[in-house]
Amino acid sequence: MAVVHFDAVQKVYPNGFEAVKPASFYIEDGEFVVLVGPSGCGKSTMLRMIAGLEEISNGVLQIGDRVVNDIDPADRDIAMVFQNYALYPHMSVRNNIGYGLKNRAVPRDVIAAKVDEAAKMLNLSDYLDRKPSQLSGGQRQRVAMGRAIVRDPALFLFDEPLSNLDAKLRNQMRIEIKALQRRLGVTSVYVTHDQVEAMTMADRIIVMNGGVIEQIGTPSEIYQSPASTFVASFMGAPPMNLLEVTRADTGLRLADQILPLDLPDTGAELILGIRPEDIIPDPNGPFSIMVDIVEELGAHRLLHGRLGDQSVTVHVPKDYTVAEGVLRFAMPIEVLSFFDAASGQRVSR
Amino acid sequence: MTATLKPRKRLRLSTVMDHIVLTLGALFMLVPMLMVLQLSTVPDAEIIQRGPSLHIGDQLDDNFVKAMFEASGFSGKNTGVSMLMNSFILGIGFAVGKIILGMMAAYAIVYFRLRFATLAFWAIFTTLLLPLEVRILPSYEIVQSLGMLNTYQGLIIPLIASATATFFFRQFFMSVPEELVEAARIDGAGPVKFFIDILVPLSRTMIAAMFIIMFVYGWNQYLWPTMITTEEDMYTLVRGIKQIIQVFEGTNLPEYGRGNLLALIAVIPPVLIVVFFQSWFVKGLTESDK
Repeated sequence: MAVVHFDAVQKVYPNGFEAVKPASFYIEDGEFVVLVGPSGCGKSTMLRMIAGLEEISNGVLQIGDRVVNDIDPADRDIAMVFQNYALYPHMSVRNNIGYGLKNRAVPRDVIAAKVDEAAKMLNLSDYLDRKPSQLSGGQRQRVAMGRAIVRDPALFLFDEPLSNLDAKLRNQMRIEIKALQRRLGVTSVYVTHDQVEAMTMADRIIVMNGGVIEQIGTPSEIYQSPASTFVASFMGAPPMNLLEVTRADTGLRLADQILPLDLPDTGAELILGIRPEDIIPDPNGPFSIMVDIVEELGAHRLLHGRLGDQSVTVHVPKDYTVAEGVLRFAMPIEVLSFFDAASGQRVSR
Repeated sequence: MTATLKPRKRLRLSTVMDHIVLTLGALFMLVPMLMVLQLSTVPDAEIIQRGPSLHIGDQLDDNFVKAMFEASGFSGKNTGVSMLMNSFILGIGFAVGKIILGMMAAYAIVYFRLRFATLAFWAIFTTLLLPLEVRILPSYEIVQSLGMLNTYQGLIIPLIASATATFFFRQFFMSVPEELVEAARIDGAGPVKFFIDILVPLSRTMIAAMFIIMFVYGWNQYLWPTMITTEEDMYTLVRGIKQIIQVFEGTNLPEYGRGNLLALIAVIPPVLIVVFFQSWFVKGLTESDK
């Protein structure tokens, strides 16, 4: 069990590329933190710096009460689950799981007991003598988990562990990993580009973009009050609607309507953000959109259309019948987010 | 044309041609061997008189005993058995040495941040242009001054530095996923452990392939053993055969039958190695996935 402390940790590659801009944050003991962002945002580099597979250019990284900047991966008391599982193809499942313990000169009977225990926990008991090539993708993923569990590490690191599984298995493994982490109470850092994984698994999410941490917060904080237009459009499927608004004497002008809002006038252009499910269809509502496409999703429907010349997505429940054409709606003012159009940063109301 | 009810497999021209080419190739390879076999069954005089024929003589046992257990030189130590032994030591030492050295060199080049790794690799690679025959004098000089003439070390060590093996292992190591290296690092495997526990077992198909090639190569060495071994008990088969056929003593004929049989015996171990390792090779290919 351990806390992880980043103090202005930075990664600059020898060619001058700054993969991670100086980042400072704190991971609590037993917390499940998800690093999320598009490819190339530096989230994997961040994880690999924690693992010790990537050197830290500047700053201090602490795991527990040790500064680990110069400590070898093997001695950091961490375990990592890789995207392609990284199982040793020539070893049986048993040896794969026990290899890390064997290298640490753990007595043979202790290894056997721990491997059996981990296998039981992961439903792998019947497969211990097989080779990785004789297992399905989900089972291989479990072996990789087993390899991490037996070591009893202070920190679990996951590098997009579910991205090679099919959708159904991914949902199942997501729950299993989360449940396992809860049960073991081990601090975990999980990297993914899938915002659904981030939302469902995390205690806290760190959203990254271009080597910069855009926002750190609980899933609901991230979802309800994104710190920037990037977070707003990255998190949530479909993403938040981002609409340009202009200032008027009595509030903000959106299409032909004035929103009676009193925002401090900084002179900056503003962007209004609203989640698709916060748009309420209302025959007497002040706004109207032209619905072009109705997406049928079973539990609900998505309406894609235009408000003036800006595209908008609306989320309606399944019992709400809609047709293409004009839809009138209302927007509750209290759910709206505003961003500075130039910087993309959230503007407080 | 009437349609036959029974579907008959039609003989296609291409199939026939394939078989003709393969049959001719097989005959081309096998007939000389059979000729040698025939020549080792007839008395030596008959070989001089009639040359190859279809006559199967009764000298096979005699020739076999002579070939395997009788010495041909002065010291009485270069029997077929001892030459076979020496050839095995050379072939296996040569192959194993090349594989170990090649693997370790490739390991250093691929996995360690050496300053001039690429340069070193290309330097090794260019030695392909400098085979033993080119550097035979300096090599001999060195072996001689190290006092390794007429020893197995002298026979094997100067030959085992191998660009070929290094190159093949380098290509193979570069295809091993980076994640595996990282997983092993986190699992606490140091460089030596990673090499022995992970890389060597992963390379077993490569090792088998290299072993086949290098064993046959080493087995067939002629020039170097001729230079290095002057003592008869160090003779290898390939050079020993030459000597049997070369010896003219007064009115005695060269022992053609004995030499021929020994030549046939010399072919058998490489064939067995290829057959044995091939099955292993296929097994390795189908079992492991990376």
